[in-house]
Amino acid sequence: MGVDIRVENLNAWYGNTHTLQDINLHIPSNQATALIGPSGCGKSTFVRCLNRMHETNPIARAEGTVLMGGLDIYKDASPVEIRRRVGMVFQRPNPFPTMSIYDNVASGLKLNGFRNKRMLDEVVERSLKQAALWEEVKDDLRKKSGASISGGQQQRLCIARALAVDPEVLLMDEPASALDPVSTAKIEDLIFQLKSQYTIVIVTHNMQQAARVAANTGFFLNGKLVEFDATTKIFTTPSDKRTEDYITGRFG
Amino acid sequence: MMQPGLDKLPEITVPVEPQPSAADAAPSAAPSAIRLFLQQRSAGRWADGAFRGLMMLCAFSIFAIVALIVFVLVKNSQLSIHAFGFKFFKGTSWDPVSGDFGALPFIYGTVVSSLLAVAIAVPLSLCVAIFLLDICPRPLRSPIAFLTELLAAIPSVVYGLWAVFILVPIMRDNVGPILEKYLGWTGFFVEPNFGVGMLTAGVILAIMIFPIISSISRDVMKAVPIAQREAALALGATRWEMLRMSVLRNSRLGIVGAIILGLGRALGETMAVTMVIGNHPDILKNLFAPGYTLASVIANEFSEASGDLYLSALIEIGLALFLVTIVVNAIARLLVWAVTRGESAGHA
Repeated sequence: MGVDIRVENLNAWYGNTHTLQDINLHIPSNQATALIGPSGCGKSTFVRCLNRMHETNPIARAEGTVLMGGLDIYKDASPVEIRRRVGMVFQRPNPFPTMSIYDNVASGLKLNGFRNKRMLDEVVERSLKQAALWEEVKDDLRKKSGASISGGQQQRLCIARALAVDPEVLLMDEPASALDPVSTAKIEDLIFQLKSQYTIVIVTHNMQQAARVAANTGFFLNGKLVEFDATTKIFTTPSDKRTEDYITGRFG
Repeated sequence: MMQPGLDKLPEITVPVEPQPSAADAAPSAAPSAIRLFLQQRSAGRWADGAFRGLMMLCAFSIFAIVALIVFVLVKNSQLSIHAFGFKFFKGTSWDPVSGDFGALPFIYGTVVSSLLAVAIAVPLSLCVAIFLLDICPRPLRSPIAFLTELLAAIPSVVYGLWAVFILVPIMRDNVGPILEKYLGWTGFFVEPNFGVGMLTAGVILAIMIFPIISSISRDVMKAVPIAQREAALALGATRWEMLRMSVLRNSRLGIVGAIILGLGRALGETMAVTMVIGNHPDILKNLFAPGYTLASVIANEFSEASGDLYLSALIEIGLALFLVTIVVNAIARLLVWAVTRGESAGHA
């Protein structure tokens, strides 16, 4: 089951650029939350702060409090521990090309020393089914490389890989932006189904996508969270003029 | 930056606009200057053909050179080939006085010293490559990388001199006794150890091939996309697990290529090895004992070879070195093929 995320006074920098400024918000558990905003507004940086991936860049830095189910991930846990609890799906599908489909899904568990073969088989099947990929790959699980399937399948494989470790939070950084409309629709269906079991945070450029899958939506602009509210409110009667301008395409 | 993203319409209309205006400029009149310029240019068929021919020539010259080398080696070693036949490659005596020549001790020396070198150099090189890639503080990366690559530029006779004065005493007085004490039971390290022998040759070769293996494997690992590293990190991998899972795994074919290149250099290396291997044609399990390599015997004896058969035998040694290099490389490639074939590795 998912946990909620409470972010307090989160600041992040890339070198001297202050990419996130005093972010405060509460992401409820077992729901999908969408983050929208123009390119470079800091929404990707924000999700990367939620599993401490931001700091893997040597010039990047983050400060503030992120409480994940009550645990302060910047004070009371190591990045590795956090990332075991938080799954992440990236903009471009990044399956391991030298591993089979099976090994890709099992990689997170194998990495942590999980060796029970029968359980692994079950987890791989369950995760691939959750990611709606099972029917397409079940005959080539060990024969095909993770990189030999189509882009849309690769992204669903990456979702399966993230789900296999049974995360409490699933972060998705523009998961469909490199995919065709059919694959995008499949990913959206998935998010729709998965959100009851996991806390999902999805960054997207596509506002219809946000409207379709998310209960709450946050609008980022120039490193600040301008507005965070129920998706229906954001898209119909936003309280901030800048949100309204962005939503209606009057921006820039 | 402020692209709404709601739909891509504004983006599409932009490139459409210039077209009508360009057409307005010269709707029916003579073609524009640019059009004329482009029409006058030839399609380049002749140039392409010539380029293609030149490249083919260059590529085939490699085959020609290899064929010529084999031809010269075989032609000049006819005397020895007729005298000993295949026995030359399994004979163990090397007696210029009575005219009895066998190449096996030299083949053994070449293969064993090179394999020793690879066994020592590979872990070292990979550690240095990973250190430079990921762990070393940024300002130190370039200087250390430069220094390791500088090692490759030192002439091998200088390595040989250094080995004679520094490495040989160390192997004799410091390393030898420890190996003898703890690993003497294996039979590989048995006194007496004069510091000159197979093991020392392996060590100096390892030092010589280390820069090649480390710099090539570093370049290969550097080419692994950041997305692959992030994929592993996001699954909760520690730094070492990430390196193993995404960096080493994705670049293993390139690393094997680097090792094969290093092995090739070790097999043919002459000067430094000649100075420290002891130059005695024996086939012994003991790595402290002196040995001899194919390249060393040619270097040592070619200038003083008396008699046609002796000279011919030395040239056949050259042929043997050529064959050993080919066979070892073939085996290495076969191994790579066998390892990667079973897996679904979909990329080279």
